[in-house]
Amino acid sequence: MEPLDVELEEGELELPAEPMHLNMGPSHPAMHGTVRTVVELSGETVVKADVQIGYLHRGFEKMCERGTWAQVFPYVDRLNYVSPMLNNVGWALAVEKMCGIAVPERGQWYRMALGELARIADHLTCTGAIAMELGAFTPFLWWVKAREMIWDVLEEETGARLTHAFGRIGGMASPPTPGFKGLCRATLEKVEQILVEGEKLLLRNRIFIDRLENVGPISAADAIALGWTGPCLRACGVAYDVRKSHPYLKYDEVDFEVPVGTNGDTLDRFLVRLGEIRQSKRIIEQTLDRMPDEGPVSCDDPRVMLPAKSDVYSTIEGTIQHFKLVMEGAKVPAGECYSYTEGGNGELGFYMVSDGSGTPYRVRIRPPCFQIVGGLSKLVEGRLLSDIVPTFGSLNMIGGECDH
Amino acid sequence: MATATFPKKPADHINAKPVEYAPHDLEVKSYLPEIFRGVGVSMKHFFENTREIVRGKLPDPVLDRYDDGITTISYPEQKRPYPERFRGVHRLTTRTDGSMRCVACLCCSTACPAQCIYIEAGEYPPGDKRRGYEKYPVKFVVDELRCIFCGYCVEACPCDAIRMDTGMHAVPYDSRDQFIYDRDLLLSFEGRDGSHVTANARHEPGDPTHPGLTREHSH
Repeated sequence: MEPLDVELEEGELELPAEPMHLNMGPSHPAMHGTVRTVVELSGETVVKADVQIGYLHRGFEKMCERGTWAQVFPYVDRLNYVSPMLNNVGWALAVEKMCGIAVPERGQWYRMALGELARIADHLTCTGAIAMELGAFTPFLWWVKAREMIWDVLEEETGARLTHAFGRIGGMASPPTPGFKGLCRATLEKVEQILVEGEKLLLRNRIFIDRLENVGPISAADAIALGWTGPCLRACGVAYDVRKSHPYLKYDEVDFEVPVGTNGDTLDRFLVRLGEIRQSKRIIEQTLDRMPDEGPVSCDDPRVMLPAKSDVYSTIEGTIQHFKLVMEGAKVPAGECYSYTEGGNGELGFYMVSDGSGTPYRVRIRPPCFQIVGGLSKLVEGRLLSDIVPTFGSLNMIGGECDH
Repeated sequence: MATATFPKKPADHINAKPVEYAPHDLEVKSYLPEIFRGVGVSMKHFFENTREIVRGKLPDPVLDRYDDGITTISYPEQKRPYPERFRGVHRLTTRTDGSMRCVACLCCSTACPAQCIYIEAGEYPPGDKRRGYEKYPVKFVVDELRCIFCGYCVEACPCDAIRMDTGMHAVPYDSRDQFIYDRDLLLSFEGRDGSHVTANARHEPGDPTHPGLTREHSH
């Protein structure tokens, strides 16, 4: 060791400048999911962040090749497990695109209403969790209370709070309950009221703003180059929304806005999500007004739809059709297609190949999170360790869909 | 049959709306006014929540669901009723004479994505009027730990033999083998309307609706 009585220039007496390695995760209370980030720290500054995903890998794509096309619905429920209904709708649309089937009007409106409810739940969870990870527990609890109300509606409709398994190829498992519209309107009213109260605590609170503003910014060009979609891309000012750019269902017939940010920082991502909750509410309100009360929600194509139970019980044709569909699955014409919808975090795509049998030959998912998490190290390098928490929270990584 | 037109034509005008930021004015910069306003909002909730405790009247989990104040319920004294479509623990239905409706066709175990149903089919004993006409499950086992409660078995059943309308959720036990529900246990559960009987009790040998065909006496 150097003797201390030597004359030293200022700055020479420094500790050895080896970077410190720190593991954040896989299970870390401030990490938004099960993911491990190995950060190299110089003091409090992140020199290098190595994001390691894969802790929730279940082999989704391989599992799809095991059963029938319809048996994939429970699996897609578990992709983005915060908004399972959007995945249900996405998968149903993808298979219907392969088969060339159109769903009746009422079914399309119904899918939109349920999907947008799930989107509100997704955004409430994400924004609430950002606040909670920064120490503001109260808004999180209130917004989760609002999410519970949405899940009550979804449970009323589908029979399960989270793992709905409600989509079907060619429609939905059952028509809306008689009280659906009323329950939905009452819930949305209350959800917005709770949302506003939470916003009162956060949006003008300087402590909160300082933690988010100019943290983890990304330019629009970088975000596009990384393949970002959804709220994270829109926070950079790019108004790309699959519902507008490539409308499906009835999204071209409803009136809604696309909230966009300017800097692409964490505050923008937070505010874009809050804006989208309001737009989703607008969409649901228009949907409820225009959804017919009568009529089928599922198509009557015997190639994919199970026959009515009364037919199965009383006619041999119905019984045979039922057995063929259950035992062999709906036959999807040979070919391949890519189908994409707007999921909770962005473009949720399914690329699928069929060999004409009742089982998918190959399914490839394009989860929005995968590309977004790929940009995390870029966002946090050169910033403080504490900035990882809000940045990662605002990307809203969902392990279920990221680790496909 | 209409064909799918998806995706449709892009919207002519993407109605982009910039988000609104809080102004960086003195009020926001100086912390305090906003802190007090925020504490005010929290305190409002605090008093709303304590008011109910002071009065000693806890909110009804259904009727007061949208009210402000406490939303927590004291489970298990208080229970939230499950909706009509709720998918609970399975049950097996019976015919009007109390025998099993299941004919061991294996539709449910095929449709099950979790492969949690195990069925062993058997022939009815000699002398039974159903012998040679249909089978019955010697073993019918549902592993409630593997089950993902998707309801595909109910949809796949051509006999209305399996249902998930018990209104019971899967109860926790202390060992894994207690979650393996066998045939007789599944038969003992009743539906929420208290019934055991299937909705598809048709074509019983001996019934007036029965076509009179058995394996021995067919065309």
